Amino acid sequence: MWTWFYRLASPPYVYGTAALLTPWFLAAAAVTISYGLVGGLIFAPPDYQQGDAFRIIYVHAPSAWMSLFAYSTMAVAGAIGLIWRIKMGHAVAAATAPIGASFTLLALVTGSLWGRPMWGTYWAWDPRLTSELILLFLYVGVMSLRPAFEDPARGDRAAALLSIVGVVNVPIIHFSVVWWNSLHQGSTVVTIDGPKMPGSMLWPLLSMFLGFMCFYAAVLCMRLRGEILNRERQSAWVREAIHP
Amino acid sequence: MNSANFWAMGGYGRYVWPCFAFACTVLAWNLWAARRYHAQARKRALRALAMNE
Repeated sequence: MWTWFYRLASPPYVYGTAALLTPWFLAAAAVTISYGLVGGLIFAPPDYQQGDAFRIIYVHAPSAWMSLFAYSTMAVAGAIGLIWRIKMGHAVAAATAPIGASFTLLALVTGSLWGRPMWGTYWAWDPRLTSELILLFLYVGVMSLRPAFEDPARGDRAAALLSIVGVVNVPIIHFSVVWWNSLHQGSTVVTIDGPKMPGSMLWPLLSMFLGFMCFYAAVLCMRLRGEILNRERQSAWVREAIHP
Repeated sequence: MNSANFWAMGGYGRYVWPCFAFACTVLAWNLWAARRYHAQARKRALRALAMNE
């Protein structure tokens, strides 16, 4: 088990494994997202309060979840790179940032479009919305900081540090609807009493969550391969790996 | 549910469909950008190899 773990620090091993995993993750994402879309848009009944507007949840909730998951991944990978000086940690962090930022933007835009008919406004300086916006700024900050240094190693360290400091925002986003009065509805899936949705609404949503996770994994693998090539282009193994 | 009702989404179609359209755009952008990023990195690595030979 530990041998496998140590292999994750090896750029040629990660480069090859990412290439093998990408099509499987993409296929899994295609199947689960298709099931989620058909179930969510066609077979799930309208919500008794929100009507058909509730269907926005099928893209809003998975993208919001992915925005937090990708940020946590970026912070953990950055910490691994910073503490144990494992280059792959910084490569994963760099590859994750743009994907996480795009999911954060998607969560904000879809949330805003949901807010208009439900709250009567596209935007409110509500704790959940504001903390999610701060998350987007953190992503942009991390992405801007990395190339701002002439020495790439210093850029990696600075970006990792900012990611780690910013991770404090993740529990704030998650618990903002509990800690403060918020326009945003509370959790409907992860609750102590179990999900508050019937199966016909819940299963497509869980499928979309899984689909977005698989999609994230596929895109991360693709970006990570590019990131490894950019960092390792002077290494001998690269010749074997990419020579036409 | 007939086709007209489906697209109308109970009067919320103008909010629901842009959300799904934007989600498709974001997913498509991610795929396109990741492929492009890898292709460009590969090209740069090949160029570096050619210069070293």
